[in-house]
Amino acid sequence: MPQGIDRDEVQRLLSEGAQLVEVLPREEYEEEHLPGAINLPLRKIESEAKTRLDPTRPVIVYCWDSA
Amino acid sequence: MSPRAAWRLESFGFTEVYHYEAGKLDWIAAGLPSEGRDAERPRAGDVARKDVPTCSLDERIADVRARVRAADWDVCVVVNEERIVLGLLRHDQLDKGEDEPVEQVMRPGPSTFRPHVGIEEMARYMIEHDLESSPITTSDGRLVGVLLRTDAAKAANKLREQHEREHEP
Repeated sequence: MPQGIDRDEVQRLLSEGAQLVEVLPREEYEEEHLPGAINLPLRKIESEAKTRLDPTRPVIVYCWDSA
Repeated sequence: MSPRAAWRLESFGFTEVYHYEAGKLDWIAAGLPSEGRDAERPRAGDVARKDVPTCSLDERIADVRARVRAADWDVCVVVNEERIVLGLLRHDQLDKGEDEPVEQVMRPGPSTFRPHVGIEEMARYMIEHDLESSPITTSDGRLVGVLLRTDAAKAANKLREQHEREHEP
């Protein structure tokens, strides 16, 4: 089950090499995103997740807020 | 949206998937670095003065007034030991009383703004609402600094001039 985390935990995991994924549409990603995040909109996860992400490393996903 | 993405990744066999619940809004509001087209846009948190005087609830108002005036300020933010904003002393409150504790004369629960708000938006709001200064806090209420209307207007004008120069025919 995916685990909900806060900002401090995001920073800790990133320092340990976690992958960061913004799932918002590309336009919103291009406006502003967290440092080092890749853009993988929800609909593209199906086709691109396996090629763009390393399944052996932790992955953090986020959007605008908790919605 | 992101909880669904997290679940879908797990279904693909990703074993360690996390969901940053508060998301991008929380990150930007905390004043942390970001990337992208809007990342360099000046914001309230960038222009806010971090050296604003602070005081605690139980200090004597006359002592605070002397300290604030000596530092050439006209505003003081009332905070607790965690720098959580509890009140504000503007000109009118600073001029009141002698031995009363700050708690009795401060403006309690002042409106605060997040550091990520664009400086043009802040300048417009402060002019429209005749605010001379506004405390800027993180989403959990911690003081970042105080934004002065004059600083906000100056930064917004500079940005507008820069934009006009870039779009000159």
